Amino acid sequence: MKYVDEYRDLELAKKISKEIEVACTQPWTIMEVCGGQTHTILRYGIPDLLPDAINLVHGPGCPVCVTPVQLIDRAISIANRPEVILCTFGDMFRVPGTSEDLLTTKAKGADVRIVYSPLDAVKLAKKHQDRKVVFFAVGFETTAPANAMAIKHAHNMGLENFFVLSAQVLVPPVCSMVLSEPECKVQGLIGPGHVCTVAGLEQYEKLSRDFSIPIVVAGFEPIDLLQALSTCVKLLESRSPGVVNEYSRAVENVGNHVAQDVVNEVFSPCDREWRALGVIPLSGLGLSEQFSSFDAERVFPDVSPHSKQQQPRQCISDQILLGNKKPTDCQEFGKSCTPETPIGATMVSVEGTCSNYFRFKNH
Amino acid sequence: MKSCGIPFQPDDVIRLGHGSGGRLSEQLIERIFLPHLGNKILNDLEDAALVENDSNRVAISTDSFVVKPIFFPGGNIGSLAVHGTVNDLAMRLARPKFLTAAFIIEEGFLIKDLESIVESFAEACRQAQVVTVAADTKVVNKGAGDGVYINTTGIGSILVESPPAVSRAKPGDILIVSGDIGRHGIAVMCARENLEIESELLSDSTCLTFAALELAKHAPGIHVMRDVTRGGLASVLTEIAVASKVGIEIDDSAVPICPEVRGACELLGLDPLYVACEGRFICIVEPSIANEVVQTIKKHDPGRDAVVIGKITETDKNKVISRTAIGGRRLIDKLTGDQLPRIC
Repeated sequence: MKYVDEYRDLELAKKISKEIEVACTQPWTIMEVCGGQTHTILRYGIPDLLPDAINLVHGPGCPVCVTPVQLIDRAISIANRPEVILCTFGDMFRVPGTSEDLLTTKAKGADVRIVYSPLDAVKLAKKHQDRKVVFFAVGFETTAPANAMAIKHAHNMGLENFFVLSAQVLVPPVCSMVLSEPECKVQGLIGPGHVCTVAGLEQYEKLSRDFSIPIVVAGFEPIDLLQALSTCVKLLESRSPGVVNEYSRAVENVGNHVAQDVVNEVFSPCDREWRALGVIPLSGLGLSEQFSSFDAERVFPDVSPHSKQQQPRQCISDQILLGNKKPTDCQEFGKSCTPETPIGATMVSVEGTCSNYFRFKNH
Repeated sequence: MKSCGIPFQPDDVIRLGHGSGGRLSEQLIERIFLPHLGNKILNDLEDAALVENDSNRVAISTDSFVVKPIFFPGGNIGSLAVHGTVNDLAMRLARPKFLTAAFIIEEGFLIKDLESIVESFAEACRQAQVVTVAADTKVVNKGAGDGVYINTTGIGSILVESPPAVSRAKPGDILIVSGDIGRHGIAVMCARENLEIESELLSDSTCLTFAALELAKHAPGIHVMRDVTRGGLASVLTEIAVASKVGIEIDDSAVPICPEVRGACELLGLDPLYVACEGRFICIVEPSIANEVVQTIKKHDPGRDAVVIGKITETDKNKVISRTAIGGRRLIDKLTGDQLPRIC
């Protein structure tokens, strides 16, 4: 298949793998930020093609995984209202709240539906004017423009029964947190390609300067990631921090202005709690004052149990999200903690590090 | 009997994933059905049971069909209900002979639609050379069903002395797939109203009786045959690896997948190895007859793309390992719940 097979080519993979081996003279710890990249790395067995000296650690870039328990509980309490149709993306269904996940809420009779686009939720609101349609919006900078567009669309249509519960999060604040940790071992970052398509490279240049670290922005195919790792190793070996864009077929330095404008109009940055990591200042997007009538958090009374965000004692997902540990370091991995019964953030979504290890590694 | 995991809790409810053929389905079987209904035959968990009645050996299989939409590109619930059951019989190298049919219909369902479904059912029976010998109709209140559900049970005569079984794969055996995978799952998904992907893809739903009739000549070198249905190729292979206590190694690039299925899977973030088929099967055979078996399958249209995709190994017992396109290795695990589309 064109535009896909070129980026999964065996011979090219071998060539880049050889380049990395030649360039690498000492151990390096490199973190890929985005969960989609973690998925590709494990789905294609990329660590098998790297020298042992390269330690790949997996970052906090799975927005579904880091959605806090409290927000899931809130979504469940809203979904349980008889007048509500709650819509969200497929992989939010399995994220556990205090007592259950949305799949269970649906099985018990609530009207919870999978949508493939936020505009489908707007269509549902138009079709069911006697109901209240709530879209549970999740994602990084990548999903924010489409979600913002859906709200503007509903606004322009004069819909009064469409609402958004926002779990939107931002990448640079969490990267900054990871790199500020005293125990941080990360020496190079593989940057999130699709996030940069929207947001551009400016904030990553600042991160690179602040922490004196190379950041290589990459796509999501195996060759994209191998090439980015090769570039990152060369930058590390030559002690050259800076930002390199290895995803130039999608990312422009300035990002996408049209997308940025709509996001800035509809959302504004807010403090956000991350599952396992706690509150990170200005790391989330909430609805701006102008669009607050669409904000489900304001419209629906908060009757959820208000469980305190707590990571179960035996879980190390905070250390995994920070790149300090790997799933195989956890005693519960694959035993009491599996994708059916996830204990911690990193097992809950298919893009979570533990979930990917469980599925693709020889556990 | 094997029992594992945490017992069900009093407020646990059935979720859709319990019907997807993956881990959750397995939990229901192990914790609810087998403890109450288990016996020597059922415990084998074969697609079709081999039973003896007054020294006559027959194969029996049953299956229920709840597909949505009821009419999908390349078939409908009627033809599917025949194919699903006769194929399960064919996989034990049994010739399907008799079928029973039960229709559960929702109040308000169009009679002309019912007739189209029954016509397709009858046509599929003619192709499979089976006769419907008993049938039942029930009507449920509007809202208590989803149009129409069909259950079929099939009886077939066993053609060989030692039929293939899920536990018979041996190290060194060769793994063959009868054609490209995932067409049924993607065709049905595309036809669902909320997924606006335009596609001319047709379901692969078809009758595989030819396989039973022709491959019987290669028995007993055919150790395992299984049709690939819900849960896809991955689920079938993981079941075999565990039941036969062997490793299975597949070559990712060798698995045939048509461009439409690949494209849709890329777009939706699905792994084609887990997408359903309704007219494909795998065969695990002795290496000496692998080429002949491939040629035999290729003679028939639904098997024209038959190809070797892997082998059975002594190492990695109970696991399925894939050699990826770029030369890495990955584990192929059982499906967890339903395959849900990824968001980014």
